[in-house]
Amino acid sequence: MTEKVKLLSHVEAINWNRIQDDKDVDVWNRLVNNFWLPEKIPLSNDVQSWATLTPDEQQLTMRVFTGLTLLDTIQGTVGAVSLIPDAITPHEEAVYTNIAFMESVHAKSYSSIFSTLASTKEIDEAFRWSTENVNLQKKAQIVMDYYQGDDPLKRKVASTLLESFLFYSGFYLPMYWSSRAKLTNTADLIRLIIRDEAVHGYYIGYKFQKGLEGLSEERKQEIKDYTFELLFELYENEVQYTHDLYDSVGLAEDVKKFLHYNANKALMNLGYEAMFPASVTDVNPAILSALSPNADENHDFFSGSGSSYVIGKAVNTEDDDWDF
Amino acid sequence: MSALAVARAQVDPLQPVTTQSQLIYFSSTSENTSRFVAKLGRELARIPLHTKDARLLATRPYVLVVPTYGGTGGEGSVPKQVIRFLNNPRNRQLIRGVIGAGNTNFGDNYCMAADIIAAKCNVPRLYRFELMGTPEDVARVHNGLDTFWTRLSQTQK
Repeated sequence: MTEKVKLLSHVEAINWNRIQDDKDVDVWNRLVNNFWLPEKIPLSNDVQSWATLTPDEQQLTMRVFTGLTLLDTIQGTVGAVSLIPDAITPHEEAVYTNIAFMESVHAKSYSSIFSTLASTKEIDEAFRWSTENVNLQKKAQIVMDYYQGDDPLKRKVASTLLESFLFYSGFYLPMYWSSRAKLTNTADLIRLIIRDEAVHGYYIGYKFQKGLEGLSEERKQEIKDYTFELLFELYENEVQYTHDLYDSVGLAEDVKKFLHYNANKALMNLGYEAMFPASVTDVNPAILSALSPNADENHDFFSGSGSSYVIGKAVNTEDDDWDF
Repeated sequence: MSALAVARAQVDPLQPVTTQSQLIYFSSTSENTSRFVAKLGRELARIPLHTKDARLLATRPYVLVVPTYGGTGGEGSVPKQVIRFLNNPRNRQLIRGVIGAGNTNFGDNYCMAADIIAAKCNVPRLYRFELMGTPEDVARVHNGLDTFWTRLSQTQK
C-alpha cells in the first residue's frame, strides 16, 4: 500500500469568474449550503435509547458504523483526491477537495456517535472487527485497487458505486432504528451524510458521463461492461457482508432490497438504466419513510386510486421573482 | 404597443418559441429528466437552460416535469429557468399538473420543486420518480397521463 496517488503536474490560479461548466458552480454552492458538523446534532439525547438495545443490537450498530467509517475514510483520503488529476476544469478540482473534506467530516462524525454511546473498550472492539471482517476488507480493497489504477473513467465508476451503492448496507440500520423511534438523533446525523453522498454520486456520475462524450462506441461499450462487472463483483461481496452483519437480527433479506434499490440509483447516476427489477427493489416502506418522510407515493395521482391526490403543501421560497 | 410591452421587448429581444406540446420539462445538463421524458414517446418541449435562449411559450394545456436538486428547507428548490417560465401568466394559466423528479436521499426535500409549483399554481402533483426513472415509472406515467387527459377532457365538456 505504498503506491502514491498522482498529483497534478501543473496548476493555474483558479478563476471563478470564468466558468466552463455551470454544473461545477451549482454543485459547489449546493455542497457549501449543505455543510454541517456533527457537533450540531444533539447525539447525547440518544443515550437512553441506546440503553434499550440488546447487547447484540448494540454490537451490530457499532460494527455497521465502523464499516461506514472505513468507506468514508477511503473516500476522503484517497477516492475524492484521486479524481483531482483527472478533472476537466479547475472548478471540478475544487469541488473534489470539498467532497474529500466532507467525507472526512463524515468519518469523524461516527466517532462522535461512538464516544457518546459506547465505552472505549466497545469502540476498540468494533474497530478491531472492521479490520478483521473479510468482506468489509475485500470491498475496501476492490475500490482502492481501482483508485490506484490508471483509467480515469474507471476511477469515477468505482467512486460513484462507493458513494451511491456501497454505503447502503450500513445506512439501512440507522433508518431501521429511526423507524422504530430509536437513536433518532443519530439517524438525523446519518440523513445528513446520506444527503451529501447523493450530491457526490450525482456529480461524479455526471463527470463520468462528460468523460464518455466523444469516445468511440467500442470504448463506451468497454466501460459499460466494466461498470456492470464491477457492480456484480461488489454486489456479491455486499450480500456476504450483509449476512455477516444482519443474520443475527434476521434483517438480511430486508437489507438486500435496499441494496438493489440503491444499486439502481448508482447506475442511473452513471447514466445507465436500472438493473434490478421492481420485484426485488420493494424497500420496506418504513425504511423509505425514515429516509424521506414524504416519499409515500400513494398520494400521487398516478399511483393511488386516483381519487385523492396532493396539491403540494405551501412552502416559503426565497426566490425573488417567484411572485405571481 | 404599450410602453410596458416596448420595454419588455427591449429587455427580451428574442421572440418566444411557442409549443403545442402537452408535456413540458426542465432538465439540467445532467440530462436525467430529459432521458426520462424521452422514454414516454410523446411530443415534448424543453424549458431553455440559458437566459440568452428564446423563451418557451405554451399554447395548450400541459403537464410540467420538474427536477429537484437537493437543497434545504425549500430554498432555491425550483430551478430559476422554471420560475422564469412560470412567471409568464400564459404559461401559468395552461399548467394542469406537475410531475417531480428527485432523489429520496434529499429527505424532506424529495421532489420539493414539484410540491412548491403544485401549491403555487393550485394543480395536482401527479407523480414522482428518482433520477432518470425505472421502467415501472415510465409505464405508470405513460398510462397516468392518458387517464389524466381523458378525465380532464370529460370534466370540461
